[in-house]
Amino acid sequence: MLEVMRLRKVYEDGTEALREVSFSVGEGETCSIIGPSGCGKTTLLLILAGLLKPTAGEVWLNGERITGPRREMALILQDFGLFPWKTVYENVALGLKLRGCEDRDFVLELLRRLGLAGFEQHYPKQLSGGMQQRVAIARALALRPKILLCDEPFSSLDALTRESMQNFMLELWHSGVTFVLVTHNIEEAVFLGRKIVVLSRRPAEVVKILENPRAGDPLYRSEEDFFEKCREVRGILRDVLEG
Amino acid sequence: MQRGSGDITRRFGGLIAVVALLAIWELASLLLRSVALPSPLEVCVSLFKMGDTLLIHLLASALRVVYALSLALSLAVPLGLLSKEKQVDRLLSPIIYLLYPIPHIVLLPLIIMIFGIGEASKVFMIAMIVFFQILVTTRDASKSISEYYIYSLRSLGASKMDVYKHVIFPACLPKVMTALRISVGTSIAVLFFVESIATSKGLGYLILDCWSRMDFAAMYAAMLTMAALGFALYMTLEKVEKKLCRWVYL
Ligand SMILES: Nc1ncnc2c1ncn2[C@@H]1O[C@H](COP(=O)(O)OP(=O)(O)O)[C@@H](O)[C@H]1O
Ligand SMILES: [Mg+2]
Repeated sequence: MLEVMRLRKVYEDGTEALREVSFSVGEGETCSIIGPSGCGKTTLLLILAGLLKPTAGEVWLNGERITGPRREMALILQDFGLFPWKTVYENVALGLKLRGCEDRDFVLELLRRLGLAGFEQHYPKQLSGGMQQRVAIARALALRPKILLCDEPFSSLDALTRESMQNFMLELWHSGVTFVLVTHNIEEAVFLGRKIVVLSRRPAEVVKILENPRAGDPLYRSEEDFFEKCREVRGILRDVLEG
Repeated sequence: MQRGSGDITRRFGGLIAVVALLAIWELASLLLRSVALPSPLEVCVSLFKMGDTLLIHLLASALRVVYALSLALSLAVPLGLLSKEKQVDRLLSPIIYLLYPIPHIVLLPLIIMIFGIGEASKVFMIAMIVFFQILVTTRDASKSISEYYIYSLRSLGASKMDVYKHVIFPACLPKVMTALRISVGTSIAVLFFVESIATSKGLGYLILDCWSRMDFAAMYAAMLTMAALGFALYMTLEKVEKKLCRWVYL
């Protein structure tokens, strides 16, 4: 259980990124966080990951307060996730290496599972956007996290690649990984998040938390309920942008 | 057709350039008919005649440059990388702003006073000038690294040392290597200057010595050797850079 309690973040230069953000994500749940760009989503995720100190408020994970990076959490960042100076293999194995438990076979198996076999010695620059994103996911998964925090992981992908990656996320969830996903894409938020947290413009406050129990079913995407939910979220976001 | 001509410049570009330069040189010496510009052939003959003498002076010069570059590199890179730390940068940047724009070569008398007129002051003079070139480049590179790379690494459980090893150092390496390559030219120029004072070894000394004896063929032979030293260092560093920074050249 991840509990976010009254987070506030003011950067050193006085920029107020988060005003008051509270929500919780149960174990084995999925949560989408959606809000206008620049509203503080990345900031929020960095705080959840224990990488940035909030100005006020707390984050608790299974009864323990988060004050630094945690073993059971992995983070996938938008653009600067992969290290261009490391090969695919080195990128994916890095987390294990830093923890002193490099496991070659496990990494190779993971790469195979993500369709990256044969690209171990390539550098990120030599791969397509979709493959790079899969490397980033592989690197996060190499640590066998219980919770995956993702910052707009699929925003640079074309529609089809994006859909297949979303389906892959669902498989992950079915295998027991909880994830919190930041996005500004309404369909993505509704398809993947069994809970949808809508944020206001900067400084971010929670505008609404929607339950979305049908998320997690690959077929949901083409059902009337899905479109209905998207319309609802779109309406709320429109109010956010206008109000 | 186009592809053919591209192949020619790729394969023989260097050779063509050398031949062209030699031709211009030959032509100029024919037109000028001055002792101050001997023909390439005369210079070549004297290059072989001088043989061992030339090698001894080359070795002395090469050692000075290599020592100076190593010294500068080993001080400038750590300092430059550490500029990523705000506290370090707040101390370092005023020092850089004050000292960098000074033409350091004017400090030679002071350096000679401190280090004497031996090898040390020569190496130190070259190292000091190159030090600033490498430091400023490395510092700019390390300061411009995206914070998100560091977040990304720290989320994997990295320590502070790991951040330097896996992000800051590799991210700056291409810029460091480029700065080093550029500083080869600078160091040869300064080398000539420091070798013009209080020494009887080194290509700079040899050039001046030949000049005073009006032995122009030998003087040009020494100059060519000096150019070759710079060229060899430059090419070696370029090779090393291609190897270490493979990811840049994909
Ligand atoms: N290190 C920082 N210092 C100052 N302001 C920042 C910093 N990082 C982000 N911001 C500002 O905080 C606000 C929220 O940024 P961010 O969390 O990246 O938004 P989002 O991910 O929703 O687009 C933006 O206005 C951004 O410019
Ligand atoms: Mg963002």
